[in-house]
Amino acid sequence: MEMILLFAPLVGSIICGFGHRILGEKIAMTVSTGALFLSAILSWIVFINFHGDGHTISLFRFIESGSLSADWAIRMDRLTAIMLVVINTVSALVHLYSWGYMDKDPQWKQGESYKPRFFAYLSFFTFAMLMLVTSDNLLQMFFGWEGVGVASYLLIGFYYRKPTAGAAAMKAFIVNRVGDFGFALGIFGLFYLSGSINFSVVLDPHNAKELSKTTFQFLSWQLNALEVITMLLFIGAMGKSAQLMLHTWLPDAMEGPTPVSALIHAATMVTAGVFMVCRLSPLMEYAIFTPNFIVIIGATTAFFAATVGLVQNDIKRVIAYSTCSQLGYMFVAAGVGAYGVAMFHLFTHAFFKAMLFLGAGSVIHAMHHEQDMRNYGALRKKIPYTFVAMMIGTLAITGVGIPLTHYGFAGFLSKDAIIESAYGAGTGVGQYAFVLLVVAAAMTSFYSWRLIFLTFYGKARGNSHTHDHAHESPLVMIVPLAVLALGAVFSGMIWYEDFFGHHWEEFFGSSLYANHETNHVVHDAHYVANWVKASPFFAMLFGFIMAMWFYIWSPENPAKLAKQQNAIYKFFLNKWYFDELYEIIFVRPSKWLGNFLWKKGDGTFIDGGINGLAMGIIPLLTRKYQGMQSGYLFHYAFTMVIGVAVIVTWFALTGGSR
Amino acid sequence: MIPVEHYLTVAALLFVIGIFGIFLNRKNVIVILMSIELMLLAVNINFVAFSTHLNDLVGQVFTLFILTVAAAEAAIGLAILVCFFRVRGTIAVEDINVMKG
Repeated sequence: MEMILLFAPLVGSIICGFGHRILGEKIAMTVSTGALFLSAILSWIVFINFHGDGHTISLFRFIESGSLSADWAIRMDRLTAIMLVVINTVSALVHLYSWGYMDKDPQWKQGESYKPRFFAYLSFFTFAMLMLVTSDNLLQMFFGWEGVGVASYLLIGFYYRKPTAGAAAMKAFIVNRVGDFGFALGIFGLFYLSGSINFSVVLDPHNAKELSKTTFQFLSWQLNALEVITMLLFIGAMGKSAQLMLHTWLPDAMEGPTPVSALIHAATMVTAGVFMVCRLSPLMEYAIFTPNFIVIIGATTAFFAATVGLVQNDIKRVIAYSTCSQLGYMFVAAGVGAYGVAMFHLFTHAFFKAMLFLGAGSVIHAMHHEQDMRNYGALRKKIPYTFVAMMIGTLAITGVGIPLTHYGFAGFLSKDAIIESAYGAGTGVGQYAFVLLVVAAAMTSFYSWRLIFLTFYGKARGNSHTHDHAHESPLVMIVPLAVLALGAVFSGMIWYEDFFGHHWEEFFGSSLYANHETNHVVHDAHYVANWVKASPFFAMLFGFIMAMWFYIWSPENPAKLAKQQNAIYKFFLNKWYFDELYEIIFVRPSKWLGNFLWKKGDGTFIDGGINGLAMGIIPLLTRKYQGMQSGYLFHYAFTMVIGVAVIVTWFALTGGSR
Repeated sequence: MIPVEHYLTVAALLFVIGIFGIFLNRKNVIVILMSIELMLLAVNINFVAFSTHLNDLVGQVFTLFILTVAAAEAAIGLAILVCFFRVRGTIAVEDINVMKG
């Protein structure tokens, strides 16, 4: 069953990608969508029937070289099962949704075939992601890691006629290279120090303990092996999960079609980093510095992305920053040691964030590919189903629920669990994370409601023609929204006990590891003071009221405030000037270097060298030799005699072959 | 009894004269042919000298062969020369530089 589940997307992708000319567009797309639905159903069966500690299914030997050996295997445990459900469900729904969204795309002319390519990429992405989460060694994980990177590149650049899309695709790929470099170094380090890259060896707590006592010398520093390795691996996670400093690619990735944003840049690929940190929980447990670093980065990202999200005008960019921010939440949970909670938020977030993206896609579709929220307004009546879906998504992401109970939307339970865990960690960085996360929760609420109010309420703005022709999306786009809405409403309440309850360790079995001597965070999180538990709720309420005030009661307020606090507004609007900073620090020097190597290194030195050799030196030499050819017989004879004399002398002096 | 060194000295002198005859000569191709003959004879003297010195007749047999070949070579060389003269109208060494680069 796992085999079918895993390889159905690949088969679908190949058939759809290569066979659409023979089969026709419709059949090819049906095949890939059908394969995904099969996978999705099977993964739910696996998830629900999963009990116990899990097992590994070896498919075949991947690499064997010296002491390095890696299998192509399926590691089935709770962590994998959760990821399977998330990936396949969202992917299947996104496939279905794309039938509607990608239909008659204005980027392509009548009669051009682009949809099978899109579906093939989507299915291929799903396959790579499944490879990543089912791996039982770091090599296969790396394969999946790079596979999703490629798929992401292809899909961001899907509108290849738009120069911005191509640039965004490259940016995503290059920024990810930075992270992947860290990841690869981490794998090398692990192999070097523990002699294997198989999880069964690497994730053994004894191995982690051993590593934490090992040090090695780098230049003049004496470094703890475990800290360095976990740090390097986390850098990989930062790249993939768009954490602060390596986040710049995620907002630009919104150049891709909206279903791609929903699948890759909200629900699945960007959570791979969180998954990886959870998967490596035994290593993280014994490290000291790295988890704190993860918490700080996570909390800062959550805060940073939320501030930027406040002022963005592109509907997809708001949601992109929201994703970035929520990923920060997950990392905080993973960093303080509440891995189950991180997975919980990953799980619920996948539903409501995919839904928000698909909802946004539906709005964009209705508005003829207009993405600027300033040109929306009063769409509530025109696209009622989308409105309801977006509303549910917003309720879920802002964390609406009844405080101090376990009844609420998905985000309410998982986000509160993270905030409680941060506080319950009882450390300095935990406090830091707690404060930032609560503030970020207020801002999350503000920008999410701002999105709703700007889009669906108020007066219609922008092109009136577009507004007149706004239409509800077809059924294939509404159904996925409805299914995801179920997840956004209920997934938190249903699985709260499993992920965050007192028996979370039994639920996860051996897939997560918590060092009982030092890690009581989940236990402590349940007993934090009530004001801590209620604080995200009030933050949410505050954000909601602010949004109401700014965008319903007195809509002239935002412009006034923006003018009044121009510096801060500009700072947020320009994303804290990260892009500009990187432009100066990295992009320009590397462009200069590239130009230098191209013009001077390649053009002048290599090409010039070869041309000089072929057109300068060789002709010169030939002219010289030409002069020696006098044509007189006695010259040749003389040369020959000299030659013979030299050879004979040589033989006489050295004794021939001896 | 004349020692073998004397024969060798004479042969070496003849050989060197032959060589110089080839590339100091600027006048006539026939002189070159004669120089080659001279070098072959120098070699023959060597053969014969060693043959008697070592009491081995093979050297003398070789000498006879070389004489035969030299005669044939001289005949062919002169024939080529005649042909060449008919084509170019000269056999002066200084005028023969068709191979000049």
